[in-house]
Amino acid sequence: MALSAGVDVGSTQTKAVIINEGLEIVGRSLIDTGANVVQAAEKAYLNALNDSGRREEEVTYVIGTGYGRYKVTFGDTQVTEISCHGRGAVHMFPDTRTVLDMGGQDTKAIAVSETGEIVDFCMNDKCAAGTGRFLGAASMALDIPLDELGGTALKSEKPVKISTTCTVFAESEVLSWLGKGKKIEDILLGVHKSISSRSISLLRRVGLNQQITFTGGVAKNIGMVEVLNENIGKELNVSNESHFMGALGAALFAMDHIKTSRIPAGGQA
Amino acid sequence: MSYVIGVDVGSTYTKALILSPEKEVVGHAMTPTGFKLDKASEKVFNKILKDAGLAKDEIGYAISTGYGRHMVPYRDITVTDLTATARGSNYFFPDTRTVLDIGGQTMKASRLDDKVKVKSFRLNDKCAAGTGAFLEKTARYMGYETEEIGPLVQTSKEDVPISGVCAVFAESEVINQLSLGSAPSDIMHGAMSSLVKRAIQLLKRVKMESQITLTGGIMRFKTMIDVLTENVEEKINVPKGDMVQFTTALGAATLALQRLEKIKAEA
Repeated sequence: MALSAGVDVGSTQTKAVIINEGLEIVGRSLIDTGANVVQAAEKAYLNALNDSGRREEEVTYVIGTGYGRYKVTFGDTQVTEISCHGRGAVHMFPDTRTVLDMGGQDTKAIAVSETGEIVDFCMNDKCAAGTGRFLGAASMALDIPLDELGGTALKSEKPVKISTTCTVFAESEVLSWLGKGKKIEDILLGVHKSISSRSISLLRRVGLNQQITFTGGVAKNIGMVEVLNENIGKELNVSNESHFMGALGAALFAMDHIKTSRIPAGGQA
Repeated sequence: MSYVIGVDVGSTYTKALILSPEKEVVGHAMTPTGFKLDKASEKVFNKILKDAGLAKDEIGYAISTGYGRHMVPYRDITVTDLTATARGSNYFFPDTRTVLDIGGQTMKASRLDDKVKVKSFRLNDKCAAGTGAFLEKTARYMGYETEEIGPLVQTSKEDVPISGVCAVFAESEVINQLSLGSAPSDIMHGAMSSLVKRAIQLLKRVKMESQITLTGGIMRFKTMIDVLTENVEEKINVPKGDMVQFTTALGAATLALQRLEKIKAEA
């Protein structure tokens, strides 16, 4: 049984996934990318192998994805993270037609076909407003760990309105609300709402009428999921593997190659 | 009752300035704005009275300006910062036709007529990349404090290109440059060059005319002025010393003096 691997080198974290021919995940790992990107890619891959309990020789094809995909020096080829998130999301939720991927530094809205091919996409490429960075800034300013932000926000009954768009200015706005004596949960819910409205405007550009799957690290944030559900007016698909969706997509493309010798479409950009 | 005060409550600093009836600057003071705008303006008021050696009741009129102008408890009236900066620029340089003001969280360009009326203006207060915050963030990413920016950039030997589209994305750019071995001073210089590029776009949109007067806290950095001078043809003026940060407060004070004279004439 051949195995394939996908390594998703993101701006903040690097993810690796190993799958078998039955397209089941047999190993996964997640580490901080840090300054040495090549090393992060290697380490994430080896950790995932370790997690699977399989030998390196069994992995026949490796695909790198994410902004640091060319740093996956041991990879056989590269595919853009847009293709990979689309592929991963449709694999997990076959009725997905739109993917919202929120990572540490960017937010992407991707329209996909029923086979998981990319139909359209748009992203915040010029500005960090409405990305995971905003949560990072709030986490620093309010001194609350990232993974507690969502839960804290959901305790709020009277969210403040964050008026600034820019992440840098929003950080000072958060502090000024704190200075005015607002409750932390009210500020945090305001932050989540502001990110949600930015992402919805991205989603509108590619269409949000059908099933939407939420991927990327921020999909782990229960507050973000809830606020998006409420603002969009329907429930987004969120998998336990949301963090690994890009890496999973890459591993699926790699498995395609093993089975058909087909070089993945939509990739290699 | 014959002295006047102008208070400029900016996003980062609150500045105040007192003019004598002879239109001379007799005191000026500055304090970080923080989050309690009324407190900052009170604090600067007490500081400046002390600095000028004046008592409270010697102030006949107060005008506040800047983004927190409505939070100044002792104001008589408020004026917009565009009007105040125009007046202040005209005080130092009567031939000013264009004003470029860069502060901690804003960048403003305006064109004036010969009666000091603002004919056209453009501002950016939405995106940190076009403001002083961009320089502050760039410095922070490299482990420098805001006060160290000036001395650091003076030692720059060449410009390292920094794209300047987003103050957040600049972080990875700065880290990349550092890992390539670029000097922090050159990266800082690059950040200033990209800020100047954005300033020139704004100046073009108001159809800049000679002479241009530069104001705001960011103009403390000589490098900013040098790079601007290299990139525009128009004659550039810069208020002397720390007056570059007080031009807007000064403008408010000159307007206050006019008001006071009018009130006295009517009485």
